[in-house]
Amino acid sequence: MSAPLSADLAQIGKSVVIKGELSGSEDLYVDGQVEGSIALKGNALTIGPNGQVKASVEAKGVIVQGKLDGNVIASDRVELRRSAVVNGDIATQRIAIEEGAFLKGKVDIQGKAEKAAGK
Amino acid sequence: MASVTQNFMKLFRGSSSGTSAQTPAATQKLTRRSSGLGELARLWNSETPLCVLDLGSTSPTNIRFFTERAHKIYSEDLLVASTEPHLATKDEQGNAILDSRKFLGENLQYPAAHFDVVLCWNLPDYLDESLVRPVMGRLWSVLKPGGMMLAFFHTKDAGPDSPCYRFHILDKDTLEMQRVTARREARRGPTGAVHTTVGEGFRLQRVFNNRHIETLFRDFASIKFFLARDNVREVLVVR
Repeated sequence: MSAPLSADLAQIGKSVVIKGELSGSEDLYVDGQVEGSIALKGNALTIGPNGQVKASVEAKGVIVQGKLDGNVIASDRVELRRSAVVNGDIATQRIAIEEGAFLKGKVDIQGKAEKAAGK
Repeated sequence: MASVTQNFMKLFRGSSSGTSAQTPAATQKLTRRSSGLGELARLWNSETPLCVLDLGSTSPTNIRFFTERAHKIYSEDLLVASTEPHLATKDEQGNAILDSRKFLGENLQYPAAHFDVVLCWNLPDYLDESLVRPVMGRLWSVLKPGGMMLAFFHTKDAGPDSPCYRFHILDKDTLEMQRVTARREARRGPTGAVHTTVGEGFRLQRVFNNRHIETLFRDFASIKFFLARDNVREVLVVR
């Protein structure tokens, strides 16, 4: 499966290993290894099929095809594709989970009012 | 309805040839009524968000069912977790067992009295012997006082090929059953002796009788049995 290509998409290839804090204002596609934290508050994160992320994630939208160890806060939407393996809690407004995805953790659907109240 | 029951009974008896992994049953989804789930259903309309722990394979259907009702759902697949090779150890007699302390150090890590409902499904029937009691003890502690847990038990020995199912909640008392297909990692058993997976699924470990079940849940405040016609005993316990 190839990475979705876009002019405003940063990509971390499958041979790249990053440890630390990642933040930005464009969409990010991770097919390599990331350890630390990822903050893309108004943008989307996609973890590709080869991606291995050990990080807390905060983004507008999160799509997981690979492995993610860490909690996810998504202001809009989370998608777990069939190859996803997620160990962590998910807080979001909407979630889609494909058959075959693995999740160990909590799913907390937060409405806009609830989010505004910081619950 | 009769055909549903017949299909269910046929699958719980297992395949005598031991080649059921390739049969259509492996992908077939069946439905059944669940009296135990029906008893729990009155909780689902609670205006206070419930904390629900689903111990089966990750079920998008169940996650949708509970999140649509504004409840919080936790998903944890203990059967898959029990196949981690590093859990293998030996008891004092040198028998291969799983290290329950290590298992509980990595799984079911929740605050005490955290959950309103635990959906245990058929976990005790398929979990390795060395983990059953420690896991039930931990589940007791993470349930709130008055919290409820639903578990299913075979009433007959359906043989080692008896397929393991995952359960999806369709409505207040109807479940869809789907045969468990173990992920590739889950097929690695720690040792030959305690390997709990076979072929594409998990192997039935034992058949509990009523007394065994009562002993297993002796710390709970109450226990209610629902005997179905499909060789399954549903048990609803209250902490």
